[in-house]
Amino acid sequence: MSGLAFLEYAVAISFVVLTLAMLLVIIRIVRGPTLPDRVLALDMLVSVGIGFIAVIAIKTGYMLYLDIAISLGLVGFLATVAFARYILQRWEIRANQSESEGN
Amino acid sequence: MNTVIFRTIAPYLAALMIVFSIFVLLRGHNEPGGGFIGGLIAASAIAIYGISAGVAEVRRALVFHPITFAGFGVFIAALSGFMSLFVEVPFLKGLWLFINLSDGSELALSTPMLFDIGVYFVVLGAISTIALALEEDEDDK
Repeated sequence: MSGLAFLEYAVAISFVVLTLAMLLVIIRIVRGPTLPDRVLALDMLVSVGIGFIAVIAIKTGYMLYLDIAISLGLVGFLATVAFARYILQRWEIRANQSESEGN
Repeated sequence: MNTVIFRTIAPYLAALMIVFSIFVLLRGHNEPGGGFIGGLIAASAIAIYGISAGVAEVRRALVFHPITFAGFGVFIAALSGFMSLFVEVPFLKGLWLFINLSDGSELALSTPMLFDIGVYFVVLGAISTIALALEEDEDDK
């Protein structure tokens, strides 16, 4: 098997694996069951998207796609951090409420 | 947010994002990139730093109020338009200056680049003003 043919096989297999990963992530987002699960799944969705972009860059040989992958990685992190902060604040508000109800 | 990992990594990540935003800004015009997307990446760097270190720390690090950056950007963009005054062409017409460097390469300076730098500062200033205001609002609660 020549190197180029092996690369084609590898690209095809990675597309299949990434599609499977994306389906599993979407199932996790739909089913939940809690908010942190869904946020984690959204973060995973960004990672799978980065993987897709990298594989497309290899398949087409168009390396500009990699810059999109870099910026998606940097900005996707911001979204996850913002969600984590939101969850923390909800917990704090809930803890305060249960405290005041107890008194 | 008070987690050790995030507090340690956020300054480095913010610095990396600002470097990448300048790279995207200067690559624009001929390849994907430009002032708007660069400004957005820089503003998200400031937002990450604001979430980790607090709004007061970010305001101290930026020295000027974020909206000042937006005003400075509008000034730069307008300045790139007035360059056409000296060569008697319409307002905001793209002017190019090619400088031959000693090592044989060519440095291309242009008013579109100056305009893009202005857009970068406008987006950076406006978006980080909004982000910091939202952060402060959450701190009050």
